Amino acid sequence: MKSVIKGNSAVAHGVRLARAQVIAAYPITPQTSIIEDLASFVAQGQLRATFVKVESEHSALAACIGAASAGARVFTATSAQGLALMHELIHWAAGARLPIVLADVNRAMAPGWSIWTDQNDTLSQRDTGWMQVYCASSQEVLDSVVQAYKVSEKVLLPTMIVLDAFFLSHTHEVVDIPEQELVDRFLPPLDLPLKLDIQRPGAFGNLVFPDRYMEFRYKIELAHREALEVWRQVDEEWGRLTGRSYGLVDSYKVEDADTVLLTAGTPASTARVAVDRLREEGLAVGVVRLRVFRPFPGADLARVLAGRRRVVVLDRNCSYGHHGIFHQETKSALYDLPERRRPQLVGVIAGLGGRDITAGDIAAILRKASHGELAPVSWWNVLQPEEELEAAVACK
Amino acid sequence: MSSLAVNVELPELQNPLMPYLRQDRIPHIWCPGCGIGTSLNAFIRALDEMQFDLNKLAVVSGIGCTGRVAGYLNVDSFHTTHGRAIPFATGLKLGNPDLKVVVYSGDGDLFAIGGNHFIHAARRNMDLFVVCVNNFTYGMTGGQVAPTTPLGATQTTMPYGNFEPPFNLPYLADSCGAVYVARWTVYHVRQLTRAFKEGLSKKGFVFLEVLSPCPTLYSRRNRLGDGVEQLKYYKEKSVVKNGADTRDVGLSFQGDIVVGTFVNRERPTWLEAMNEHFSQRFGDRYQPYGVHRED
Repeated sequence: MKSVIKGNSAVAHGVRLARAQVIAAYPITPQTSIIEDLASFVAQGQLRATFVKVESEHSALAACIGAASAGARVFTATSAQGLALMHELIHWAAGARLPIVLADVNRAMAPGWSIWTDQNDTLSQRDTGWMQVYCASSQEVLDSVVQAYKVSEKVLLPTMIVLDAFFLSHTHEVVDIPEQELVDRFLPPLDLPLKLDIQRPGAFGNLVFPDRYMEFRYKIELAHREALEVWRQVDEEWGRLTGRSYGLVDSYKVEDADTVLLTAGTPASTARVAVDRLREEGLAVGVVRLRVFRPFPGADLARVLAGRRRVVVLDRNCSYGHHGIFHQETKSALYDLPERRRPQLVGVIAGLGGRDITAGDIAAILRKASHGELAPVSWWNVLQPEEELEAAVACK
Repeated sequence: MSSLAVNVELPELQNPLMPYLRQDRIPHIWCPGCGIGTSLNAFIRALDEMQFDLNKLAVVSGIGCTGRVAGYLNVDSFHTTHGRAIPFATGLKLGNPDLKVVVYSGDGDLFAIGGNHFIHAARRNMDLFVVCVNNFTYGMTGGQVAPTTPLGATQTTMPYGNFEPPFNLPYLADSCGAVYVARWTVYHVRQLTRAFKEGLSKKGFVFLEVLSPCPTLYSRRNRLGDGVEQLKYYKEKSVVKNGADTRDVGLSFQGDIVVGTFVNRERPTWLEAMNEHFSQRFGDRYQPYGVHRED
């Protein structure tokens, strides 16, 4: 059924259709309406589950870990500070190999306080063993939540579904909400091979000595390698059922492009508008969107970018003291290409703390990049410290 | 109606309490009928009437509607992370024991995500004045169930009424060792101002609960009318019982409200206890921390 809903509602519908059994969460802007919708679904009997609004995000993920360890399909949602507060348990969820699905509405970290979008909250969780999917539309959000349960439960790794604050979380779009029967066919009930079960007593969370710890970790790495293929299969299967699939990497007008913009999240949709505009001007440009970030589809990226003249990576994040995180990751993916097939790579940091990245911005970035006028690393639309001081004084 | 143009030179008029506010941050974000501003007014009046040395005052807030207090007050103030106002304030107090440190935050911040810090600061008798504006809900995020929401009240995450029993905050503070515990509503502005003065003068862990309407979320969702309606409720249903047993002061949905000063006792603060302990152990070799010696 087609419906006009927010990105946050799309998350909630995905969770409802996946028949999550335990939902534990704590309010935080801009995530809160996800769990409000879920609280209503549960209260009205549209989702047969337990919903508990706990006393912090740390408790929310701990409760999810407890429920998942007992074999339940679980869900939680958060943003920024909440995700940071979960950090200890984020590691735990992956290390314990629990197929938890969490939606994070990308929000900038404090201080200064901001409720607006950027990607540093989720990218700070990059090395925890979670899978991460960056979405660009409300439809993709719903579809990715359902897909995530299927992949997570196959490879026994948790998944973070990521959507931009406000640009996606609070924007209404047409979303085709699948029938329950269709999702049930796609996603069977969870049957964890190993769980807390009174019929088969076991102890979880024990000390592991140096002679075995590394093997536990190696298995997480093996699961990620497997997950790359599982994401591909699950996405294709979903495509056969619904007509919608997204791939691990999503590209637009790249085949004959001279200069390609690579990014993640909603700026990739904006970039399509900019690309169409520049194509009319005769510039051969295209967009690549990184959708599944962990496991990292490095070979896919290398394949789609090989032979392009230039790639400009737009990062709504920064690894301070180095540069944009997707920029670094893309660079690592392209290193193994033969030199004649390896594009020049530049990185632009833009849109931190929700500063708008317009089609005009992206067109200007692509135009500069096409003419080789971009520095290897630059910050877009940012005041220099002396200008910032002047602006602050003028404001007073 | 007169058509004459009246041109009268008026003297610059200003509320005498305005210098206590960061006027460049006004207008504030609080909704019409919200009681947080009223509580702040009482706090500022207390400071003014006491001629409190503002160089000796720091105000720390967590996150939420009440968390904005730190930003509006024109004193040294600290807007911290959600739930952590008390640990930030503890560090501030220990780093500069000359300061009077006031923690000014909401019920969700202090008692859900920050609940652990509250009970431990009270247990230690850390020298902090904790003010909790209790509006029974999470205002900033849109009205979710809080650890103070009365049974039966409707919230976004409890769309058919709350079934989780709430905390009785004065009882919690009392049982954890707070040396001063009081509760007033924003209807009781005189008593509230006096309580702020007492809190500012008292040494040790002081807890003041201030009941406040949230017309936009709590009242609207529960069909309780506007801010004025809630003030009428406070007026009609409040019973002053100084020294009441805190076990008996729990709140119910639109039920009676026991207000007053429930606890006022003496106990060594954490710093005093530490200095006493090490002085006994090490004698003159130990220099008490945070104590100025007369030279």
